[in-house]
Amino acid sequence: MVPVNYYLIVAAILFALGVLGVLIRRNALIIFMSIELMLNAVNLTFVALARHLHSIDGQIFVFFIMTVAAAEVAVGLAIIISVFRLKGTIHVDEINLLRG
Amino acid sequence: MLDYVWLVPLFPLLGVIFNTIFGWKLKEKVVGIIGSTTIGLSLLVSILLLLDLLKLPEHHKIFELTLFKWIAAGSFAAEIGFQIDPLSVIMMLVVTGVSFVIHIYSIGYMHGDRGFNRFFIFMNLFVFAMLLLVMANNFLLMFVGWEGVGLCSYLLIGFWYEDNNNADAGKKAFIVNRIGDFGFLLGIFLIFTTFGTIDFTDVFHKAAVNFHVGDGTMVAIALLLFIGAVGKSAQLPLYVWLPDAMAGPTPVSALIHAATMVTAGVYMIARTNVIYTLAPAALMVVAIVGALTAIYAATIGITQFDIKKVLAYSTISQIGYMILACGVGAYSAGIFHLMTHAFFKACLFLGAGSVMHAMSNNTDIRIMGGLRKYMPATFWTFLLATLAISGIPGFSGFFSKDEILWQSFSSSYGNFWLWILGAVAAGITAFYMFRLVFVTFYGKLRADEEIARHVHESPKTMTVSLWILAGLSVIGGFIGIPAIFGGGNRFEHFLEPVFEKSAAIRESAMAVHGYAVEQGHSLEWTLMGIVFAIVLLGIGLAYLMYIKKTDLPGLVSRRIKPVYQLVFNKYYVDEIYNALVVQPIKNVSDYLLWKFVDVKLIDGTVNGTGYLVRFAGRSLRTIQTGFVQNYALVFILGVVLLLLYVVFI
Amino acid sequence: MDLSLPVIHIQSIYPQMILVLFAIIVVILPLFVHNLKRELLALISVVGLVLAYFSLINLWGQNLTGFNGMIVGDNFSIAFSIIFLVGAFLAVLLSLNTVENEYLNYSDFYSMLLFALVGLLMMVSSTNLLVIFIGLEILSISLYVLAGIRKMRVDSIEASLKYFLLGAFATGFLLYGIALLYGASGSIDLVEIGKYIQANGFSGTFILAGAAMLLIGLSFKAAFVPFHMWTPDVYQGAPTPVTAFMSAGVKGAALAVLLRFVWTIAPLSKADWTIAIWIIAFLTMTVGNVVAIAQSNVKRMLAYSSIAHAGYLLVGVLAGSQLGQASIMYYLLVYTMMNLGAFGVISYLGNSNKQENLNLRDYRGLGFKHPFAGLAMAIFMFSLAGVPPTGGFVGKFYLFNSAIQAGYLWLVIFGVMNSVISAYYYLRVVVNLYMHEPEKEVAVPKASLGLSFALLIAMVAVLQMGIMSSSYFEFFRQAVIAMP
Repeated sequence: MVPVNYYLIVAAILFALGVLGVLIRRNALIIFMSIELMLNAVNLTFVALARHLHSIDGQIFVFFIMTVAAAEVAVGLAIIISVFRLKGTIHVDEINLLRG
Repeated sequence: MLDYVWLVPLFPLLGVIFNTIFGWKLKEKVVGIIGSTTIGLSLLVSILLLLDLLKLPEHHKIFELTLFKWIAAGSFAAEIGFQIDPLSVIMMLVVTGVSFVIHIYSIGYMHGDRGFNRFFIFMNLFVFAMLLLVMANNFLLMFVGWEGVGLCSYLLIGFWYEDNNNADAGKKAFIVNRIGDFGFLLGIFLIFTTFGTIDFTDVFHKAAVNFHVGDGTMVAIALLLFIGAVGKSAQLPLYVWLPDAMAGPTPVSALIHAATMVTAGVYMIARTNVIYTLAPAALMVVAIVGALTAIYAATIGITQFDIKKVLAYSTISQIGYMILACGVGAYSAGIFHLMTHAFFKACLFLGAGSVMHAMSNNTDIRIMGGLRKYMPATFWTFLLATLAISGIPGFSGFFSKDEILWQSFSSSYGNFWLWILGAVAAGITAFYMFRLVFVTFYGKLRADEEIARHVHESPKTMTVSLWILAGLSVIGGFIGIPAIFGGGNRFEHFLEPVFEKSAAIRESAMAVHGYAVEQGHSLEWTLMGIVFAIVLLGIGLAYLMYIKKTDLPGLVSRRIKPVYQLVFNKYYVDEIYNALVVQPIKNVSDYLLWKFVDVKLIDGTVNGTGYLVRFAGRSLRTIQTGFVQNYALVFILGVVLLLLYVVFI
Repeated sequence: MDLSLPVIHIQSIYPQMILVLFAIIVVILPLFVHNLKRELLALISVVGLVLAYFSLINLWGQNLTGFNGMIVGDNFSIAFSIIFLVGAFLAVLLSLNTVENEYLNYSDFYSMLLFALVGLLMMVSSTNLLVIFIGLEILSISLYVLAGIRKMRVDSIEASLKYFLLGAFATGFLLYGIALLYGASGSIDLVEIGKYIQANGFSGTFILAGAAMLLIGLSFKAAFVPFHMWTPDVYQGAPTPVTAFMSAGVKGAALAVLLRFVWTIAPLSKADWTIAIWIIAFLTMTVGNVVAIAQSNVKRMLAYSSIAHAGYLLVGVLAGSQLGQASIMYYLLVYTMMNLGAFGVISYLGNSNKQENLNLRDYRGLGFKHPFAGLAMAIFMFSLAGVPPTGGFVGKFYLFNSAIQAGYLWLVIFGVMNSVISAYYYLRVVVNLYMHEPEKEVAVPKASLGLSFALLIAMVAVLQMGIMSSSYFEFFRQAVIAMP
């Protein structure tokens, strides 16, 4: 059997990759996908821990995270589309009207 | 039965609110009437209070009303509460009475000014704050009022802020007063740590029960509070702001810088009399500062040519008398003089305002003269008030000043030297006041054609106010005719309950020392005669120099030129302060902060800090680039630091 | 088989249910009734708020636990909920101004506002991290929409995008923190986690890192430095009523959760976290105030000022006492009043979508031309600066007093110095209102009744809380969490 630590380490790496994606990718859509990656890393952590602890709470939590993430996608895509309509681009480099 | 006291400060506050919201669109007249009526209503309620208070049984003339708790945290509690006793009722009457008259006067005086509404808002706000100050039943509320009147004073000195000089005068008053307020605040802190409460009744009760005469803590508290009084009441050495404060409109000078606010220090000492009586050392300091200020400011008054400056120095000098009275333990005499002074000094200032009105806002008495003919009402009221301030028997100032001088000689805290300082100052006062009258109202008008053509008597609203105040200056002293004239001094008797603790402390202290004061009436008569002779001498000298031989003043000033110059330049105190305090600060900031600092007179260091903060702000805002990923980066930086911290430490 | 049904106590979520119901009504009604006036929609929302308020009051003192411990209806949650209701009420009134009338889709707006409020209420009325997370997300998603509701405006939609990306990013950390805490303790309930820590000590990588990440997630919402970067941009770009609602509500909810967290998991006095929180509080106060000085856009200035106020509130958390809790609630209520009021004046003076009159220069001389708005702004600025006799002064007094009693003298000294710095930029607004001649004609439309009403309420409340503070404070003292 694979020890729980392996899952946790994979999840941590995934999370770090997500963070890295948010920091270096310039396309708002891909940044958003990187955030989803972070959330999935959390899901993996939860599931692994739930199994390890023999507790149902973690798995329930994952359901909620997935639901909420779906809702976030709906709103997020709408916002990104609005940005594209107004500015003709979704590169975050070109979106810095508000600053200072 | 006295629980309607809250109405007294409420009316001026309503005036402030109403005029702030609606005053901008209303006509001048309406604004003025509302401003004055609210004060008039306060006056009415105060009179009712007085009548009700007189009905109360002797020695129970005290009433406390707690409206609600303001702040309560741990052991500290502050209430919004009023204490009504003879002392506060007298102060309320003086404040509302004098301000009522001055408000009416202002309707005429401020006519046509762009800031008419603003003026009345500030004046009503001032009355509100002043009433809080005198009605408070604890030190914190008193301090709120204390700061409030300071704020209004500052706003009104700089009322015509377009002129830089006025704004600077306001700033000077602000800074000098901060020094005094700091002492006052420290005093309150010390009271709280010593007694665990800031409520007047509790503090004074605990002080009288738990502390002996001469206790070190009491001396410290008394001296700290006195620093506050010195600042607010313009005593040596913090008086410098008051002459400059004359930059404000004349009604302001009359109300705030003569009749009410500047006497707050005297009221405060009288209110905390128990603490002062327990600290004879502090009392001595108070008496000496008062006596020195009285004579010091009087000498400067001789040489000034600005009608308002003369009155300003005269105010400083007269407050010196009140402080002297408190210093010799004659608190009720101090309050008595505070009251009569409010009448005649307000009258004098309003008269001066009337003169300025006629002289196209000139204040230099050298171009005046002979105004007696042009403005009789102003002249007669001014003369009556001058007689009162000079201490001519029968006028109000005589009774109060005589009482102070007698006490400064005969009281157990008094001595011959205090008396002689006061007596000489009285003579000088008579001299410079009559000098003012003679130069301004007698002789020939020395102004140029343009001004001379416009000389006229002031409108009704102004002269009526003058007559009211002049009348009070004449008869105001009758309520306190001393025993020696068979008057029984009703005023002092009325105030007795306020000072009974102090009296008890003094008696027990004297019993220990086996020291009893019993001075005969014959001595009092003699001293009174001497003072009166000195006053007459002063008046005679003024008559000689300014009516009979008008070349004499020039001759005298040439003969004693060094002395004259010294006094004329107000003993160079402003210059000394500048050299000893302002310049060093300026230099230090100049060298320490190089040329970063925009050095301006006194606030060089303040500006320096301000500059650094602004610089930091401008630098820091560049981090806020607007790129969302930079924000995420800063975020991650925070995450990393925090994780490193919690995991490895 | 013995099946024990959990105790539900449905009334413990009546307030939330009422609000959801009204949110749905507000969004559906315009489909059936055409040409609905915005005032009517506002009125319906207000009715919902009032009903929710009464159902909350009804719960006061009962200490109900609903849904098998998922919902906690203690006084603590009710007090915070009431503060949020007040904030939402003022925000509804604020939205009745001229600027917002031009483009705002009111039914969406009020519905989202009510949903955001539901999120706030959920967050404060639970110790279960799952419920807290769901509340937080209901709040966040509504706010993403609200921030970008002016969808034809570049700055508004930019604010929305930034808020969305960073908000989701921060949520990731929050969730990771919860996962780690769960891994260590085996529970997602703060009380259970607290028990675990009591037994095993506040140590171990999972617990420490988990707690830190949870703190980070909350810090983002409350805008603590260095997690504050989104605040100025979003506050500036979002419609003014939304900004006003966010500034007080979101901050309050994050603080409430933080208080529960600190109180049940790690009494700070026992952990060596204090230094970290100390530094965050210091940085938050200082950065907020210092950068605010360099701003000329009033709305942006208030955004920075709200960061600084988050720092003041954190000082109360650091105090770690019941006095500190009550002080935070008190200050939060005052802050809701004065900050929503200040934003209300900003809407009041806005002319149109293109001319919002946000620059400090536009305020010159307006104090005399618009005495009511001028006076209101002056009072709010004095209160934000902490000048007596306003509520802002008393609130700061309580906060700093609680910190001093907990022994944080130096932090309080820095806090007071910060207040002095902040007085500079707050009073600059007042100076511009009253002591400068107007540079240009600033056209200000006739104010709507609702907006004026909101300003009046806020003004009176700020003054009343400054003068008669103790009754409010006593109320909040009954709402603190009991000692664990």
